[in-house]
Amino acid sequence: MSITRQDVEKIAALANLALTEEEIQTFTVQLSSIVSYVEKMNELDTTDVEPMSHSTLSGDTSYTRREDDPKPSLGADLALSNAPDSGDGHFKVPKVIG
Amino acid sequence: MELVGLTVDKFHSALKSGETTVEAVCKATFDRIEKLNPDLNVYLTVTKDSALERARQLDQQLAAGAELSPLFGVPTAIKDNICTKDVRTTCASKILDTFKPPYSATVVERLEAAGAVVVGKANCDEFAMGSSNENSAYGSVRNPWNLEHVPGGSSGGSAAAVAADLCIVALGSDTGGSVREPASFCGVTGLKPTYGRVSRYGLVAFGSSLDQVGPISKNAADSARVLGVIAGRDWHDSTSSEISVPDYLAALTGDIKGLKLGVPKEAFVEGLHPEVKARIQESIKNFESLGAEIVEVSLPHSEYAIADYYIIATAEASSNLARYDGVKYGFRDADAKTLQEMYKKTRDHGFGSEVKRRIMLGTYVLSSGYYDAYYLKAQKIRTILEQDFRKAFEACDLIVMPTAPVPPFKLGEKTDDPLAMYLADIYTVTINLVGVPGISIPSGFTSDGLPIGCQLIAPHFEEARLLQAADAYERSYPSNRYPNI
Repeated sequence: MSITRQDVEKIAALANLALTEEEIQTFTVQLSSIVSYVEKMNELDTTDVEPMSHSTLSGDTSYTRREDDPKPSLGADLALSNAPDSGDGHFKVPKVIG
Repeated sequence: MELVGLTVDKFHSALKSGETTVEAVCKATFDRIEKLNPDLNVYLTVTKDSALERARQLDQQLAAGAELSPLFGVPTAIKDNICTKDVRTTCASKILDTFKPPYSATVVERLEAAGAVVVGKANCDEFAMGSSNENSAYGSVRNPWNLEHVPGGSSGGSAAAVAADLCIVALGSDTGGSVREPASFCGVTGLKPTYGRVSRYGLVAFGSSLDQVGPISKNAADSARVLGVIAGRDWHDSTSSEISVPDYLAALTGDIKGLKLGVPKEAFVEGLHPEVKARIQESIKNFESLGAEIVEVSLPHSEYAIADYYIIATAEASSNLARYDGVKYGFRDADAKTLQEMYKKTRDHGFGSEVKRRIMLGTYVLSSGYYDAYYLKAQKIRTILEQDFRKAFEACDLIVMPTAPVPPFKLGEKTDDPLAMYLADIYTVTINLVGVPGISIPSGFTSDGLPIGCQLIAPHFEEARLLQAADAYERSYPSNRYPNI
């Protein structure tokens, strides 16, 4: 299955990427080639196979849980320390509603 | 003190005998970095002042009679996708050009508590996405064995730093081979631990079900030492295991008589470079001469691993990288007038092309109408791949195969064809999908003098067995060659 220019534009919008015209053209070709390669997976019958999301889940699962006791966290000042724009303990962003 | 080939063991002996000091070795390391980094482009940030201050403190402790902790005074490189408190951490991306983490990763805290001295942050592929280190926003790392060749990726800076003696040990991260492949290309030892063995807290996320931090070093003993320090449960990472951490150094007995070494018949197929094939076959013979029993095993679904990996890894990446939107940290496109425009322009200008390609692929396979055909299918094949390994390990203790299908290639050779680049990961990605540990050890050179790596793979949490075999091999068949730089 090949990827069309419209597919690339739709995916870019979903991924919040403002691609240039050149990027749209390149990605249309490259993603088509990658997607036709991964179609190889269809050769395998997986009808009765359980999906695996995480390798630890196939073995001992006890260590993925812990007591729900609160511990100290970073705090607002440190959390904001790398923000491009902030003030009054908040992140600042451009206008949300036009 | 001679830095070339310097391991922790040798360094600690010299410290004990008074032949050198931590400060002297750190200073010599920084002199060497100043001389060689312009050519190799290994370090993105060098932490000279803090390192030398810490070195002097450690020397004082030693003079006052302190015991040598496992990594006492060891000059250490940290891949730049691992957070270091107040030290710039870019992930080799423009989008994090100015990011200074307010905390250190658990692995960094543990290294420092064990005495390590962080000398700098190592270059890598942007967000650890790549197999050649050519995807760094700060330029490619060069292979110390030949500057026209790639060092491998994504932890290319960490591996090249170890190979060029610009540190004694380094940390890398491995999502689909990113510790093992550059270790192979740079002629050093690189270990990807079992998923869950090492905390991921403070490792910038790429593929969360695949990522592991691992050591890169000049021999298996140093990797054992580093793993012993960084492994173990961390309440910050719920996937870190409570299984107790064995004494990895004590496991290095040098004796592997009777070890059953499985050779997958699918590993020696077309596409494998003849010189890689010859070296690996030689290594297998060497293991046999050390008393290992060679058995044939089968990993029948190996041919689906690359497709499976590039679905799962990109799906997870597209989700993890959604957080870079110009709000919380890093770069923001200043021209945008609205929030939505700011997100889109920040991400398009901040990310490099490989990162965007993977975000696009990952978004596509997770999107409505395609999820079942790609992502769910890939998760099911992941189960089949795990069954292959479980079955193979019923017949053997370790599996041996090449780390990469080719020797280090030339800069620019594969950059126009992403799929050709992905195929360089054919022997490494399955290990991450299945979650088992793997190590790459030096296995000789091509006729052009470029390193080749041999990969050993163990069942879950059997790193001690893996390191024991790697160490026994390196003791009997040491490389004894150093890059001419």
